[in-house]
Amino acid sequence: MAGPETSPAEAILEVENVSLRFGGVQALSEVSFDVQSGEVRAIIGPNGAGKSSMLNVINGFYHPQEGSITFKGVTRRRMRTHEAAAQGIARTFQNIALFRGMTTLDNIMTGRNLKMKRNFLLQALYLGPARREEMEHREFAERVIDFLEIQAIRKTPVSRLPYGLQKRVELGRALAAEPDMLLLDEPMAGMNTEEKEDMCRFILDVNGEFGTTVVLIEHDMGVVMDISDRVVVLDYGRLLADGTPDEVRRNPLVIDAYLGTVRD
Amino acid sequence: MFYREAGQFKSGYAADQAMFPIPQDRYVVIAIVAFAFLGVPLIANEYWLQAILIPFLVFSMAAIGLNLLTGYAGQLSLGTGGFMAVGGYMTYKFTTFWPELNIVACFLLSGLCAAGVGVLFGIPSLRIKGFYLAVATLAAQFFLVWTFNKVPWFYNYNPSGTVTAPPRTIFGTMFTGPEASAPARYLLALSIVVVFAFAAKNLVRGRVGRSWMAIRDMDIAAEIIGFRPFQTKLLAFAISSFYCGVAGAMSLFLWLGSVETEAYGIDISFQVLFMVIIGGLGSILGSFLGAAFITLMPILLTNAPQFFGFSMASDLQKHIELMIFGGLIIFFLIAEPHGLARLWQIAKEKLRRWPFPY
Repeated sequence: MAGPETSPAEAILEVENVSLRFGGVQALSEVSFDVQSGEVRAIIGPNGAGKSSMLNVINGFYHPQEGSITFKGVTRRRMRTHEAAAQGIARTFQNIALFRGMTTLDNIMTGRNLKMKRNFLLQALYLGPARREEMEHREFAERVIDFLEIQAIRKTPVSRLPYGLQKRVELGRALAAEPDMLLLDEPMAGMNTEEKEDMCRFILDVNGEFGTTVVLIEHDMGVVMDISDRVVVLDYGRLLADGTPDEVRRNPLVIDAYLGTVRD
Repeated sequence: MFYREAGQFKSGYAADQAMFPIPQDRYVVIAIVAFAFLGVPLIANEYWLQAILIPFLVFSMAAIGLNLLTGYAGQLSLGTGGFMAVGGYMTYKFTTFWPELNIVACFLLSGLCAAGVGVLFGIPSLRIKGFYLAVATLAAQFFLVWTFNKVPWFYNYNPSGTVTAPPRTIFGTMFTGPEASAPARYLLALSIVVVFAFAAKNLVRGRVGRSWMAIRDMDIAAEIIGFRPFQTKLLAFAISSFYCGVAGAMSLFLWLGSVETEAYGIDISFQVLFMVIIGGLGSILGSFLGAAFITLMPILLTNAPQFFGFSMASDLQKHIELMIFGGLIIFFLIAEPHGLARLWQIAKEKLRRWPFPY
């Protein structure tokens, strides 16, 4: 998992004035923030605040009506999701989006697809280069499996796995792509404390050891405040606050959004 | 007791990624292929080869093709008969236009033609899915059969409208045409099916297969991790149609010898689809099991009454046969919706612990 070559202080992603509408619904309005290379950036906000929409904009699944996204110095308005993947953005989903008919190993191997170049004729014959390529990537997939401690379920179809492990396999699939930036949509949702602690450890290890930039959405405030370097707060599609966990925690606007305002 | 993995340790990824990682599987497959090549031609009579084994091979080939598309890539298709027709008629055109060309080369060329046609009719798959795509491929079925019926060029202006396999030899042995012996035709069909079944197995366990299954299981996630849906689906259509095209060519040249377009009609498409569903979607072995079930079961039912000493009117027998056949299909789908291949897999898991299930 090669780390990004850029220096840590540089912004790997800049979101400028992004607005997104679905018909009459304003999902995001004029949101701007940046993500520094190598940091853990959290996006928080109440339900329906536009957090997932924001991730979908970043990886090209939604196309904002206004604004621009600059990733690694390349600005784009419209882009297909597989192009975002080729640029080095990987993600996981709020509702697990694994390939249910495949084993854990195969799911993780799909994450390697952009690195595999041999054409289908060589693969059909399974000769020389195609075979070597398959082995090289198997080796990398095994490193991801070791890292996530899921060796025992390598050959198990993912549909048979419990929820917590499915979340872990999904992270593995994203890591297998060796992304520069990892988008995690509620990685701890529905997990018990122990599973959450494991997941936090994996996220911090990925960030610390491989220098992968992490952008995550999470509802567990304890987790967010503990592991993130900076936090973006969205509410009703607007940027409410942006800063370190401590700054955000003390921000009266954020407290109002979460706890409601006392009107007197 | 005999089928046990305990104590089998792999010392490398190559061994673990092998096509049949369990030695017992490997030996059984080698034994079956060896028997099919060496044993069967010696012991099987003309009837067995012509009425059972050659059609089984032809349909296995088509079922593998459809399984790649429907079982692995998740694109429902009812155009199998049409793509087979492309294979059959184009081989006829190639070999009559260019008689010196090796007949196997003609098969492969016509497979490429079928692949091209498949890609063309696969283009709607980018926008439509499931039943709607099935209807779009149904258009391919009717359009292709209609074309081969109405354009005399395809059957070389033969007034009867039929195409007949001309005699062709490979290394001095006659493999097609009325003079070709059943064992020769069987062996050629077997060789083609074995080679392409292994190729299909290789494809589905590599990157291409994973891209198809990813698109099948969750197309949005597949695109987000970098698969290109359009290319992936079109490649599935191309390769699937190639297999169906070669199956169509085998059907004309190695099995029937002389066909009209009815031989590639809609009922063939449905038959192959049933084979894939009954055999097991997403399984190469399932394609063979399904083809065996659909081609062998009617023959078994035909012969069963005599075997038990009953005799009945032949039309009554025919009808009972159809009813039993339909009933069996429904029974299998209820008992195991994932097909015969899944039954086999369950049996293997049981065998692993037999005779001490706890």
